Amino acid sequence: MNFSRLLKTIFLVEFISALYMAVKELFRKSKTINYPFEKGQISPRMRGEHALRRYPNGEERCIACKLCEAVCPAQAITIESSERSDGSRKTTRYDIDMLKCIYCGLCQESCPVDAIVQGPNFEFATETREELYYNKEKLLENGDRWESVLAKNIKLDKPYR
Amino acid sequence: MIEYLEILGQEIYKVIFLVVPILVSVAMIVWLDRRVWGLVQKRKGPNVVGPFGLFQTLADALKYIFKEIIIPASANKVVFILAPIVTMTLALVAWAVVPMSEDLVLANINVGILYLFAISSLGVYGIIMGGWASNSKYPFLGAIRSAAQMVSYEVSIGIIIINVLLCVGSLNLNDIVIAQKELWYVIPLFPMFVIFFISSLAETNRPPFDLPEAEAELVAGYQTEYSGMMYAMFWLGEYANILLMCAMGSILFLGGWLPLMDIYPLNIIPAPIWMILKILFLFLLFALIKAIVPRYRYDQLMRLGWKIFLPFSLIYLVFTASFLFYFDKLPKVNI
Repeated sequence: MNFSRLLKTIFLVEFISALYMAVKELFRKSKTINYPFEKGQISPRMRGEHALRRYPNGEERCIACKLCEAVCPAQAITIESSERSDGSRKTTRYDIDMLKCIYCGLCQESCPVDAIVQGPNFEFATETREELYYNKEKLLENGDRWESVLAKNIKLDKPYR
Repeated sequence: MIEYLEILGQEIYKVIFLVVPILVSVAMIVWLDRRVWGLVQKRKGPNVVGPFGLFQTLADALKYIFKEIIIPASANKVVFILAPIVTMTLALVAWAVVPMSEDLVLANINVGILYLFAISSLGVYGIIMGGWASNSKYPFLGAIRSAAQMVSYEVSIGIIIINVLLCVGSLNLNDIVIAQKELWYVIPLFPMFVIFFISSLAETNRPPFDLPEAEAELVAGYQTEYSGMMYAMFWLGEYANILLMCAMGSILFLGGWLPLMDIYPLNIIPAPIWMILKILFLFLLFALIKAIVPRYRYDQLMRLGWKIFLPFSLIYLVFTASFLFYFDKLPKVNI
């Protein structure tokens, strides 16, 4: 141990400078937010809770092409389809197991009609497992609830896709 | 008989007036600790329950009260239950002699500092009992570490106290405070103050010396097997001990309940407020240090205690004694 280091140790120089820094930081603004009351900014690319969208006239976008089911790496999506009375192919079943889902966003990327999308909502914790097995009604309801945000996000993110 | 009951009633009344404020201030101090810690790390700290989150500790305590107390099957039940009670009782009992002003003290005994030192040394029993009675590896290791650590640092604290006593010539805490009327001992005995402060960090198992409860190695040290109110009592005892060490530091070095200077605007502020301010100042240092220092390794801790603090305080003791003797400033004691 050389002499200057010894002096530093005896007079607690580093300790006092750390204390000074701590006092200085004490009066600075904190970097965290009051989470449930304040929320941070979320990118338009956020991959949160899923939603099935509709066209403005109320028609479901999904055409049951099953690309999302095929691309899903976690195999969380299950789709069954049949012909509707007007001759169009529509889903009769569209289930997402939110517990299997890894939130990779591939379903949204693969969708040719922007039907299945991942919205900005990440606060969908539930008390039971069963509530996280989403079916078509739940997904369409999500789509209706978040439509304005979803449409805006898709528009904002369009140039980068 | 009636007379006896009357006296007993008065005493209980006094004790309640001592214990309740201490428990409340312990709750506030826990909040302060967490808040300062958070703010230094640029977090917000507890700020939801009550104004500024002041009632956070009460909410925590409520939660602990309603939690189940789990006693491990292999534990020694009597000692296991006794350990947190011992810790908390000892931490509270010591406050009996702490003077908040010249006459605001429960027991103005003439060996006050000795009593304080003895009680704070006994605190290690609660930890040892808790760790050993748990009959589990981590608590046991934590308790062993804690015992070694507390015993080591008590030695240097003892010598530091002797340093002060040489200047005062009395063991009474009020006499110690009054002797600092001209000059707080923090100025002539500054190195001793620093060593006392660091030793009291070690004595109360605070960072950087919180080895008995080093999370990374020992889960929670001696508290690992405790749950519910028993854990909360350990906690309360620990913080009451920290407050006690702060009170001891302010009595020995910062002039206890004396005002900063004996001039007009300062000396109309009542004595207990000065005492509280000094305790708070020392506690704030405790809280800041928790935020800035990394934990010591165990051998470094022991080296610091035995090879640096102990010889240095001994040398300073000789120095103080010879200084006082040479300049004929030894306190005049009438026996």
